[in-house]
Amino acid sequence: MNILEFTILVAAGSFVAGLLGSLTGLGGGVVLVPLLTLFFKVDIRYAIGASLVSVIATSSGAAAAYVKEGFSSIRIGMFLEIATTVGALAGAFLAAFVSTKALAMIFGVMLLYSAYLSRRPRTRAERNSPPDPLATRLRMNGTFPSEEGGMRQYNVQRVPTGFGLMFGAGALSGLLGIGSGAVKVLAMDQAMKIPFKVSTTTSNFMIGVTAAASAGVYLNRGYVDPGLSMPVMLGVLAGSLLGAQILIKAETRVLRIVFSVVIAVLGVQMLYKGLTGGI
Amino acid sequence: MTFHWTDKTIEEIVGNLLRTGVSLSAFVVFVGGVIYLARHGRAPANYRVFQGEPSDLKSLSGIVREAYGLRGRGIIQFGLLLLIATPVARVAFSIWGFAAEHDRMYMVFTGIVLVVLLYSLLGSGSAF
Repeated sequence: MNILEFTILVAAGSFVAGLLGSLTGLGGGVVLVPLLTLFFKVDIRYAIGASLVSVIATSSGAAAAYVKEGFSSIRIGMFLEIATTVGALAGAFLAAFVSTKALAMIFGVMLLYSAYLSRRPRTRAERNSPPDPLATRLRMNGTFPSEEGGMRQYNVQRVPTGFGLMFGAGALSGLLGIGSGAVKVLAMDQAMKIPFKVSTTTSNFMIGVTAAASAGVYLNRGYVDPGLSMPVMLGVLAGSLLGAQILIKAETRVLRIVFSVVIAVLGVQMLYKGLTGGI
Repeated sequence: MTFHWTDKTIEEIVGNLLRTGVSLSAFVVFVGGVIYLARHGRAPANYRVFQGEPSDLKSLSGIVREAYGLRGRGIIQFGLLLLIATPVARVAFSIWGFAAEHDRMYMVFTGIVLVVLLYSLLGSGSAF
C-alpha cells in the first residue's frame, strides 16, 4: 500500500471514529486504536498518538455546535474538569505503582456492566428529582433543548460522587491512555442524573482538555506522526461535525443504544488489553 | 445602557473560539497534507515498526523551523500544535468570560483547571 492509498483509507476509517465519538461523548479513540493496530498494522505507540489527536479534534469540532445549541453545560464541564485534570496527574504518578493489566481487566468488567445499565431510560420520577443544595450553590442546574421542542429544566444530583468518579476518570486516562470518556459520561448520566444528551455532549466538551494536558508528553516521545495524524485529524473532524448534527435531532433512546454498544466494545478491548498487555 | 454578560454570551464566544481554532488547524494540516502527499504519496506506507519522530518534529522550535521551510510534515505538525492549543485557549478565555459575569467562584474553578493543565502540558518530559 502506498502513502496516498493509506491516507485515503485511514481518513475514511477516522470519519466513522469521529462520527461515533461525537455521538457518544467518548472521543474517537475507542474505534481508532483497534482499527489502526489490527487492520492497518500500525504500531501501538503511533496509534496512541493518533488517538490523542483524534480526541482533541472530535471534542473541539463537535463542541462548537453542542455549546451553541445549549446542550453542553460549560459550568458542569468546568467544575468537573478540576477533578479530571488533577486525577490525570495522579494517574501519571501512580502508573509506576499500579498493575495496568489488572486495572484494564477491572475496568473492562465495569464497562460491560455499565453497558447493560446505561441502556435503560430514566423514569419520570428520576427526571423530576428536586434540586440538590450543593448543585444549586454551584449553579449547575440548567436547561437543554428537549426532543419535544422547547427547553427542559434539569437538576443535578450527587455532586460529590460525580466529582469523585471524575477524579477516577482522569486517573484512568493517565494510567491506561484511553477510555476516560466512558467514565465521564457514566458519572454524569448514572451518578449525577444529568440528562443523557447533556452528559454525552458535556463529556465531549471535557475530553479535549484531558487530552491536551498529555499532548506535550506524547509529542516529545515521538508518538505523534504527521503522516498518520493528518488523515486521522481531517477524517475525525468531518465525522464529528456530522455526528453533532445527528445528535441534535436524534432520539435519546437510540443514542443510549449506540453508547451502550460502543462501551461494550471498549469493555472487551480492555479485557483483551489486560490479558495480552496490548490492544 | 451597559451590555450584560450571561452564560449564553460565553457559550456563543466559546463556540466561535472552538470553531475558529479547529478550522484554522484543519486548514494548515490540509495544506501540509497536500504538500506531503505530492512529494511522498507514491512511497510505501510503513507504520508497523515504531521509530519515533525525528527531533525536529518533536519540539516546538523544531516544528516551527520545519513549517517555515515549507516541508509538508512540518506544516502538518504545526497545524496539530494549533489543534492542541484550541482547548487550552478555551479554558483561558472562560476565566475572562466568568470575570465579565462577576462569577468569582467559577473564575477560581477555571483558574485551577488552567494551572493544572499548563503544569501537565509544560511539565517534565514535555515537548514544550
